[in-house]
Amino acid sequence: MDRFPALTWGALLFLLLIGSSWAGWLDSYTQLVILFIGINIIMSASLNLINGYMGEFSCGHAGFMAVGAYVTSLLTVWFFTSGSVFGPALLNSHWAILLFPLLLLIGGLAAALAGLMIAIPSFRTRGDYLAIITLAANYIIKSAIENIQVIGGARGFMGMTRVVNGMEAVWEIPWMLIWTGIFVALTVVVIQRFIRSTYGLGVIAIREDEIAAEIMGIHIRKMKMIAFMLSSGLAGVAGGLLAHVLGYINPGSFTIMKSTEAMVMVYLGGMGSLSGSVLSAVLFTLLLEVLRPLELFKWVIVPLLLFFLMLFRPEGLLGHRELADVFPGLKRFYRSEGK
Amino acid sequence: MTLALFLQNLINALQWGSFYALIALGYSMVYGVLLLINFAHGDIFMVGAYFGFFISAFLLGAYALKLPYALSPEMIFFLTLLLTMALTAGVGVTIERIAYRPLRRKGANRLYVVITALMVGLILENGNLALLGASRKSFPELIPRVIYHWGEITFSNLKIIVIATTLLVFLFLQVVVRRTRWGLAMRAISYDRVAVPLMGIPVDSIIVVTFALGSSLAALAGILFALSYPVLEPYMGALIGWKAFIAAVVGGIGEIRGAFVGGFLLGFIEIFSATVFPSTYRDLISFGILMGILTFRPTGIFGLARRTKV
Repeated sequence: MDRFPALTWGALLFLLLIGSSWAGWLDSYTQLVILFIGINIIMSASLNLINGYMGEFSCGHAGFMAVGAYVTSLLTVWFFTSGSVFGPALLNSHWAILLFPLLLLIGGLAAALAGLMIAIPSFRTRGDYLAIITLAANYIIKSAIENIQVIGGARGFMGMTRVVNGMEAVWEIPWMLIWTGIFVALTVVVIQRFIRSTYGLGVIAIREDEIAAEIMGIHIRKMKMIAFMLSSGLAGVAGGLLAHVLGYINPGSFTIMKSTEAMVMVYLGGMGSLSGSVLSAVLFTLLLEVLRPLELFKWVIVPLLLFFLMLFRPEGLLGHRELADVFPGLKRFYRSEGK
Repeated sequence: MTLALFLQNLINALQWGSFYALIALGYSMVYGVLLLINFAHGDIFMVGAYFGFFISAFLLGAYALKLPYALSPEMIFFLTLLLTMALTAGVGVTIERIAYRPLRRKGANRLYVVITALMVGLILENGNLALLGASRKSFPELIPRVIYHWGEITFSNLKIIVIATTLLVFLFLQVVVRRTRWGLAMRAISYDRVAVPLMGIPVDSIIVVTFALGSSLAALAGILFALSYPVLEPYMGALIGWKAFIAAVVGGIGEIRGAFVGGFLLGFIEIFSATVFPSTYRDLISFGILMGILTFRPTGIFGLARRTKV
């Protein structure tokens, strides 16, 4: 337990959240905001791996989110609900509790495979040209989904609410909160361990100087492939979670706008700062909710705030540092990491 | 596909290619000088169209404040064009001055400037939506539409104007970039951005000129677009801007010729894929082809691969 005090605190917070929503102390709106925060943490942390640690400029993250969302939703709806598209349910909804995380991971895997679409061009292409490839990849994924009529095309796909209701019918606890919490923890731990590993050092070396990194014996292609696939896979998981939180997805929800949100969170928190990404995901989601009463002006004020942030603090909130570097007092929660 | 159908589509493709090319030019020139992807450029196109709307409505006497005398239709068209281009150029230069220059002075990471550009674009789009409301504006018909028939092919005078203007702009820019001192300075900056300021070339003024030129071309595209498809809405610049940017990159960003070739290429691919396949496949096919081009020619059609010295 005392190897990861930070994780222990996280687990306590998680249990507290679940306990209070189970007891009915949190209304469904607060729960929804917490779910959005969790999903946004996964989005920004995974995008930070590419845009922050590897120093590439990927602006099509929502595309991979869409792949994960559709694959997971199709599988859960196919397995656990009876409908006109897939016929009767294959499995009892008891199984949903066990299989849901697995299906989320399969969605993530599909998104990781879609990530190859930009990983392979990235061997030869760098910088702004790669940015276009990611942008085009986002359009291609969105347009491809729109053209598959079986899964609803541009009309979207629904039925995930029944899957979640099925899980809650078996055991009345806030399932989505639990799954989101688990996958947020998984994302943060995986990325943190990845960055500290030799792979992560390789990825950071690519950012600093690709040619020097190659001379030092880093397998550039392997590193890029792993980083892109890990990042897009996690985005796919976030997509799967979002689909089940909202209960309805359509290709229009995964446009460049959604990718822009993810990018904003990364740059708000600071490139190459995992705790910055988590922090900015929390702040950004809360900001959007706080400004909701302003309606139309929300989307003027949010960019304006970020614009001023960029003018006065262009490196983001934590640029290239972790929270523990800014507040050394926090280091004791990481005791076993360094010394 | 019969020859007539082919020619008909060719004209449409040239028209759409013209819009893409005019917008792509702004991306390309700014990128050549600053290495900045100016993501607000698509929205500057939108701003241009709106300026054009208000100016032409004023000149046509639609508001309480009127000109003392009526102008001839040709005069109104040219005045609208000139005033819009000048005003939009002002907007572009202002954005550069208050958003990008301070960041450049601070030596911020290039990507943060790009994010700022994205934010500026969002502010323009949503500011417009918040100020003017969601109602669509319909652009006045400044040039009476004349339809010509030639065999089985039909085309309007607007299409001819759009295509001819774009070609004239291409020639004009070639002259500016190849023959004038400003053009020489622009090319010098994109060739070596360390040595050029040391040679006494005023980099900041060159950047201002570049932004003014790029923005006024976007305004020109905005008016031509609004004349051909007379419905204005705040998000009209977003999609066409992203597409034009992709076209600029495929042509080889930082190259005048590249922006034109990329823009027309995108126009052709879009129109012809829509005639052969169902039109919902248009984006899928065109972006697929563009991605293929970039995978095999990573720096675009005209872009030079710069060797990195070790």
